[in-house]
Amino acid sequence: MFHICLLMFSPQNYPLYIRSVPSQNELKFHYTVHTSLDVVEEKVSAVGKSLADQRELYLGLLYPTEDYKVYGYVTNSKVKFVIVVDSSNTSLRDNEIRSMFRKLHNSFTDVMCNPFYNPGDPIQSKAFNGIVSGMMVQTG
Amino acid sequence: MAGSQWELPPELCCRPMAFVALTGLDVVYNAVHRAIWDAFCANRRADRVPISFKVLPGDHEYPKCRTKRTSYEWYIPKGIVKTGWMNKHLNLVPALVVLFYELDWDDPQWKEKQSECATKVEIVRTSLQGRNTKVAVVLIQKKTPLPPGEDLVASERASALCSSCDLSGKSLFVLPHTDHLVGYIIRLENAFYEHAQTYYYTEIRRVKSHKEFLNKTTHQLLFVRHQFKMAFLSELKQDTQNALKYYRAAYSLVHELRAHETNMLEIKTMAGFINYKICRLCFQHNTPLDAIAQFRKHIDLCKKKIGCAELAFEHSAWMSKQFQSFGELFDEAIKLGLTAIQTQNPGFYYQQAACYSQDRKQMAQQFCQAGTTYPSPDPLDTQSGGLDFYGQRPWRQGHQSIDPTDPEKEKLGILALQIKERDVPHSELIIALLSNAVAQFKKYKCPRMKSHLMVQMGEEYYHAKDYTKALKLLDYVMCDYRTERWWPLLTAILTTALHCAYLMASVKDYVIYCMELLGRASTLKEEQKSRIEKNLFKVLTNDVPEAESECDQSSVGAARSLWTDRMALSGSNELMVEMQDYIPFIQCKARFQSPCFHVDQPIQLQVFLRADCPHPVSFSKLTVSLSNQEYNQWCVVESSGQDSMTLLPGKPRCYNFSFVAKTEDVGKKVEVKMMLGSDSGRCVFLSWRGAGGDAASTQEALQTSRSSRRWGRGNETRQELDWDSLTLQHSTMIISRVPRICVQLSHQPPALTNEMFCISLTVQSQENVVAKDVKLTAGLKPGQEAGLGHTTHVTLDGSSVSDDNAPALLTDVPLGDLKPGEKLEKCVYMRCVSTGPRIFLFHVAYSIDTAVEGRHIVCKCHKVENLLSSTFELLDQVAVDIPFLLMTDIRSSSPWPLLLSSSSLQLLTVTSSTPPLQSQLQQVVLQTGESASECFCLRCPADTSSSNTVATGQYVVSWRSADSPLIQTTVTLPHVILESVPLYIYADLPSFGRVRESLPVRYHIENRTAQVMEVEIAVDPSDAFMFSGLKQPQGRQPDDASIAAA
Repeated sequence: MFHICLLMFSPQNYPLYIRSVPSQNELKFHYTVHTSLDVVEEKVSAVGKSLADQRELYLGLLYPTEDYKVYGYVTNSKVKFVIVVDSSNTSLRDNEIRSMFRKLHNSFTDVMCNPFYNPGDPIQSKAFNGIVSGMMVQTG
Repeated sequence: MAGSQWELPPELCCRPMAFVALTGLDVVYNAVHRAIWDAFCANRRADRVPISFKVLPGDHEYPKCRTKRTSYEWYIPKGIVKTGWMNKHLNLVPALVVLFYELDWDDPQWKEKQSECATKVEIVRTSLQGRNTKVAVVLIQKKTPLPPGEDLVASERASALCSSCDLSGKSLFVLPHTDHLVGYIIRLENAFYEHAQTYYYTEIRRVKSHKEFLNKTTHQLLFVRHQFKMAFLSELKQDTQNALKYYRAAYSLVHELRAHETNMLEIKTMAGFINYKICRLCFQHNTPLDAIAQFRKHIDLCKKKIGCAELAFEHSAWMSKQFQSFGELFDEAIKLGLTAIQTQNPGFYYQQAACYSQDRKQMAQQFCQAGTTYPSPDPLDTQSGGLDFYGQRPWRQGHQSIDPTDPEKEKLGILALQIKERDVPHSELIIALLSNAVAQFKKYKCPRMKSHLMVQMGEEYYHAKDYTKALKLLDYVMCDYRTERWWPLLTAILTTALHCAYLMASVKDYVIYCMELLGRASTLKEEQKSRIEKNLFKVLTNDVPEAESECDQSSVGAARSLWTDRMALSGSNELMVEMQDYIPFIQCKARFQSPCFHVDQPIQLQVFLRADCPHPVSFSKLTVSLSNQEYNQWCVVESSGQDSMTLLPGKPRCYNFSFVAKTEDVGKKVEVKMMLGSDSGRCVFLSWRGAGGDAASTQEALQTSRSSRRWGRGNETRQELDWDSLTLQHSTMIISRVPRICVQLSHQPPALTNEMFCISLTVQSQENVVAKDVKLTAGLKPGQEAGLGHTTHVTLDGSSVSDDNAPALLTDVPLGDLKPGEKLEKCVYMRCVSTGPRIFLFHVAYSIDTAVEGRHIVCKCHKVENLLSSTFELLDQVAVDIPFLLMTDIRSSSPWPLLLSSSSLQLLTVTSSTPPLQSQLQQVVLQTGESASECFCLRCPADTSSSNTVATGQYVVSWRSADSPLIQTTVTLPHVILESVPLYIYADLPSFGRVRESLPVRYHIENRTAQVMEVEIAVDPSDAFMFSGLKQPQGRQPDDASIAAA
């Protein structure tokens, strides 16, 4: 069983959605993801300087650690997605991660379209949950 | 020395340099020798050849060389690399031995000295028996040598010396001890360096030649050993490219070795050494990516090679050391100019090293239980005091087969290692690594990583029982997590901090952490919260709280007694906690009902409280402190006896206060500071600065405002108080009471300059009671143009024209009392000396007795325009002693008729040529826009000195409008320029002429100068006239030359 952890942050960098499978050692994931925000911020600000319009949302591998690989993605409204996978998980390559992010982005857009959702609140949508669960089963 | 067992040996980490031994130098007693030695070792900068020099006595015993093996057939190696080998080649076996000998070419005792030298060389050679070490001789000479080839004696004796010492010509040097010592030394050094390189070259060749004797089955270790030796010798030769090649070969060979539990440590140790060398060289060659790639490969290959399971902590220690030393190499390279980036900097390696150290600690705790006694005799003791080969077990050195020779011995050895591991100060190691990492991440802009590592440091201090330091660190980073709103992480940190506070029995910290863990930001489960709340109340009732569950038992005992002591201490049991920086379990919001209150209204203040904890909270006192301390007494709620105030979980409670503001606070703000005391045994005052709210409430308020913007005012229909939509109103403005009197002004603008302008004021009281001490302030409103104060005069006396001393503002004119409904009228006269708009201020103040409060009102200001202007035509120049006309022109701009009563001229230099008449303008009434003119004939007397300009005088007009008193306006007449005329011409013309009749014109020409003048007159005829008489009279004094025109 591979670990996989998904987090989403508001533009102010507080978590909107956290999901990790399996759930033990969740705290360590939190720390890992939180620290990865350093890199995300740096990348986002670096992108801002050049080529502002042709921005690639996918940030790629943020930084390597011994145990995990951390990937990042930033939407145009500066909502950040981060996926953490075990370093030993070789089934997930860059392309798979990229498509996972795209899928997430799509369903996040659906969440935002919900008039009852207040941007900045934690995401509690069942549909979103379902999609994330599906993704995790596929990859896990 | 279990801690330093993992340190890399210093001979591995240093930069290898060719070793050259100097003999025959007496550096203690011989000044010349001392100077030579100093020149060798002082100032060894990078531009000098890399040699390490050592002074040895002439009969020094060099390490013995073992007899060379002729065949490896029966040889079974006992290990990979001997522990002494590197040191031997760095410091013990020289590449070159240099013999210094004092001998001049023309020495009288040449023969004897020559043979003495030869003997000394022989002694050195003998002690180097079997080694390829070169020998060189340096002759220290007092005389400067002649250029080569010129000194025949020298060349002859040199060759004689060479042959007697069995030296090649290249190994004999001459060092004249003259002025240029350093220059000679540098040349010598370069020659030595060449010799040394040749030595190392042959050594490498020699090691390489062993290879053909080896076979793959029994000599695997030798393959690695030889590659390592060649690489190291290449480094000594300063051939780093080849060294890197050999090290890489050695590295791949080390992983080809058959690895099993008994030799795992040796393999890993050697792999670590070789890896270190490779990375070091890569950084040195400025290929950091190669270094990183090598290191990653190394880690991947070795990660799983744990070896003996009972000694798994050793593996972690080794891994930690690998990361640490790589981090250090990386850091060193950065100091030498390499640039690192955010995602690739030494910090990551230090962090990983710390991580492995943490693993090591855990495993050590797991394997190394206390209670066992250290085995005797010590299995870790060796006869020599050290190991023969790197990475072997002391109890079975040189053993290379798969199974340990003696299982009993093996067990004891492992036990000894485990017991040693117990004494390792793990936390210290971890903290040192973490703080290294923190320093790096700070440098590479990773604030969150830094915080994370600081949390780890704090936790490690906690494990090391250094609670003060732990709390300091945790406290520091808590703010970061609070502002980032990462509640799960904040909760985790708070929990650790709570443990620390408990174990230290630090009451204040304990209370604060409890309060925050009970708050809404905490992600703890209900039952945990409930336990914490109970503990909190225990502390508040001076009881010892229950132990935190995850603390270890021994420290809990100590903590308990600490707490009992603390509680017995009755002294300072009041705590003041600032809530702004935390997210406490009681939320507080305060608001004034309105942003401003009139001074006669009671001020309404609401304080809302809400508890987020699982159990009801009771408290004994709620006080509000306002910026004016006097109001505080009105804003206190205190529980009386049993009836304590209780907050139910999740239910907001509202406390209303109202008080009357003081008149002297009119215009000031009142601000709220809240204090919530709960004193029962021990008091804790929770204090909110401003009007409540805490570290998280701003963001919450923002979220709420967003959602309510979407959903309109849906909350208003709800009966229950919506906590989130409560807004803070932390200050209110106290403003004066609305006046209930009516002030009316009537006047007729515009006012004229100098006019006594009347403004009538009507004050009518609408109060129900008598308005006392009505006072009027009237006049020019301050703050207008600076000069206006001097040109405006206000008076109450309208009967006479006010003088210039009257003030511009009349203050506090008493008007007496006003009964309800009574009306009061007052006229104020105003005189303006200059034109321009003016704003006047009328201020009526009175006091009233309703609530023993005085009231003031400020009445409206008023505009007055002034519009009189006088214009005069004027002559530019006036000729002396010639009459001229002065005409004045008065135009009325006033909207109503003006009566001019008189006018007069007051002349200064000029005189009137006509006797003063009655004013021509007497009793003239001017309507708007009409003008009146007056004409005077004036003459400037002849004796006036001919200065350029002259003041003519003043024109005084007296006038008045309909019913105001007579006003005099004085206008200064313009200055005129005086000119004296040398020739005065006066024409005598009839007032009219008839057609076809002659019109006699007579010109009088008068010379006013003292000189005789020649005059020429020309008359230009006009088309309408014909001329008769002299057309061009000439002469000196033409007497009444007359020209007649017809």
